[in-house]
Amino acid sequence: MPNSLTRDQHLDLYYFMQLNRQLEERLVRLFRQNKIVGGVYSSLGQEAVSIGTSYALEPRDWLAPMIRNIGALLVKGFKPRDIFTQHMAKFTSPTQGKDGTSHFGDLRVRHVVSPISMLGDLIPVMTGVAMAGRYLGQNIVAMTWIGDGGSSTGAFHEGLNLAAQQRAPLVLIVENNQWAYSTPVARQVPIKNLADRAVAYGIASKIVDGNDVVATYETTKSAVEDCRAGRGPVLIEVKTMRMKGHAQHDPAEYVPKAMFDYWKTQDPIARYETYLTEHKLWDAKKKSEIDARIERELDADQKFAEESPMPPAELAEQGVYCEGCHTIEAEWRRAKKEVIPPASNEEAVWKVADFGAFKGPFAPAAAAAPAPRAAASGGNGAESPLVAHDEPEVAKQTPLRVPFGRGPKDRSVELERRDKVAERPPRHNKPPHKRRRR
Amino acid sequence: MPEITMLEAIRQALFEEMERDPAVVAIGEDIGVYGGAFKATEGLLAKFGHERVIETPISETAIVGAACGMSYLGLRPVAEMQFIDFIACCFNQVTNFVAKSHYRWGAPVPMVLRGPSGGGVHGGPFHSANPEMYFVHTPGLKVIYPSTAYDAKGLLKSAIRDNNPVLFFEHKFLYRRIKEEVPAGDFTVPIGKAVVRRQGSDLTIVSYAAMAHVAMEAAATLAKEGIEADVIDLRTLLPLDSETILASVKNTNRLLIVHEDTRTGGIAGEIAAIVCESAFEHLDAPIARVTALDTPVPYAPPLEERFLPNAEKVVAAARELAKY
Repeated sequence: MPNSLTRDQHLDLYYFMQLNRQLEERLVRLFRQNKIVGGVYSSLGQEAVSIGTSYALEPRDWLAPMIRNIGALLVKGFKPRDIFTQHMAKFTSPTQGKDGTSHFGDLRVRHVVSPISMLGDLIPVMTGVAMAGRYLGQNIVAMTWIGDGGSSTGAFHEGLNLAAQQRAPLVLIVENNQWAYSTPVARQVPIKNLADRAVAYGIASKIVDGNDVVATYETTKSAVEDCRAGRGPVLIEVKTMRMKGHAQHDPAEYVPKAMFDYWKTQDPIARYETYLTEHKLWDAKKKSEIDARIERELDADQKFAEESPMPPAELAEQGVYCEGCHTIEAEWRRAKKEVIPPASNEEAVWKVADFGAFKGPFAPAAAAAPAPRAAASGGNGAESPLVAHDEPEVAKQTPLRVPFGRGPKDRSVELERRDKVAERPPRHNKPPHKRRRR
Repeated sequence: MPEITMLEAIRQALFEEMERDPAVVAIGEDIGVYGGAFKATEGLLAKFGHERVIETPISETAIVGAACGMSYLGLRPVAEMQFIDFIACCFNQVTNFVAKSHYRWGAPVPMVLRGPSGGGVHGGPFHSANPEMYFVHTPGLKVIYPSTAYDAKGLLKSAIRDNNPVLFFEHKFLYRRIKEEVPAGDFTVPIGKAVVRRQGSDLTIVSYAAMAHVAMEAAATLAKEGIEADVIDLRTLLPLDSETILASVKNTNRLLIVHEDTRTGGIAGEIAAIVCESAFEHLDAPIARVTALDTPVPYAPPLEERFLPNAEKVVAAARELAKY
């Protein structure tokens, strides 16, 4: 066996990937039949990412998917009916029709945090989940995903920096699917590997072929183990390709045909089927058994969703606040007395050890760094060419005007003053603002 | 009972809640060793340690996001904005992630977001804001803005124990300027209940936070002129205690609303609408309001004085209203 997976686990991976794909194909058909209320955000070609990463988690671990990570929800124990009903806005859906798509979760059993449409926000939230898990002694790992596009957000930076500073057990999957809606990744960021960003946060990173489910799983598994051992967050860049548009409305005509053609040869399910056959992990009979099971489950769940009612209109008014509907109790896996005085007492001082370090052995390394970095670290005496270049431009600009309201030096005030001077007896000895009435 | 400042009342509430429940943690910038920009968290780190007093980078979005994530595991984080003006930096996290969580997918967020607010201290455009109305306009949040040390302590305790995200505005002008006797032990003040600070039959003055004191000062002046004002301190802006307002207006038939927030979109407009809907026939005069100007908060003292409401302005408006 070339990896740590058992035969059953190998077949699990196939089951989830194929379930993910077949489920989405049905969603597309339902969309065309006008049975989907909103959009369908296909993860075609990215199934190995959702499955391979989330499969590395244990039931106690937490995850927060992005909209395309339906596969991760299936791995975490949600059923196709949950996805069908969510898309169809049915009363039987996990959110009872209050939100759609993969925007749902479960705090109690499956430990899934619902995503929101604003990308990056899940990173600080899942950092908080990871911190709370550690505080409570639960020894959990938190995982979330961000796209190549979403990695440009401020929340990405704030969240990842906090995770790094806290050494939180967070695995961040940077799912580089080459396209942020219609913008190619090269137009989003001028770096080749998004994983390079991890260096700036002082955290570990890995790059993996996201269309290879076993490699994705193995890479994630080792990251999860590192996190659980307290070695801090890990960023994994998963290289893959979005094989459809942003959503069903988008034919993705902006994607070069050659690019689609190339990635078609990299289809994660086709590749994995070959892998299973080559490693004699299944035969045609086993495959058709699994495929038949998937069909059966999807038939039943789709039927359930289609026959489910829409929510009653009055539900719109309910549930804005928790009015006793939830009992909130943390699950302590360590002795509470450890975090209660006197055990929690500590000396409230900073211990700063490495001041003056910039004069030490780090200085030559910084000076030898490539040009853009040397320019950025002006602290060690290097002249920044960027600043020198900008100075003449600043000098050419007109003097700054008072930025708020109109000040006494504002040109329009001056003109008005001159106009009024003609009507009034001259009182030039006082500056204009002194003559204002209070 | 000892006399304490509003700041000390807030500090006591934090101490007592953290002592009572190990699920309560504090998170924010400079809140540990330094004790917070206004020293509201002074001494917390020494007592509760860095696991419960979490000092963060300058990252308001990460503070709110992490607090939200912690609350999903049953903790009750109290997040501090160093100045409430910086809540604009995490607006998305507060209004989209936190506020909609329970409605959208049934996940309660038992967290508190507190911070020094308000003007009158020459803090300028970025250290004087009253951004409460952005959040009063956001279903899913609760918004508290107390005016006394007693209320600050009792309401902060209620906020920490509440299962919903609560925004707790602390008027920094009041932090050290007011002192009162506050019981040392455990007590709470209910969220969503206004209080009548002074009774009168000629007009109702509705206010909150620092302006509640301005309203009281104005009412004392008015009383000397024979105008008796009912003064209501809202304490909680969301949910709004419209019952107390309506009961008073039905008695006095005249309503003046005073707030330090800017005029357009301030809570005066909402209160006026509620009174027009439910007590129109009881009104003997148009509803009046005294508010800050529709400008950013200016820096120079004479400009800020012009910007802010004060007792004089309230008295003048009340006189007009009384003789209408």
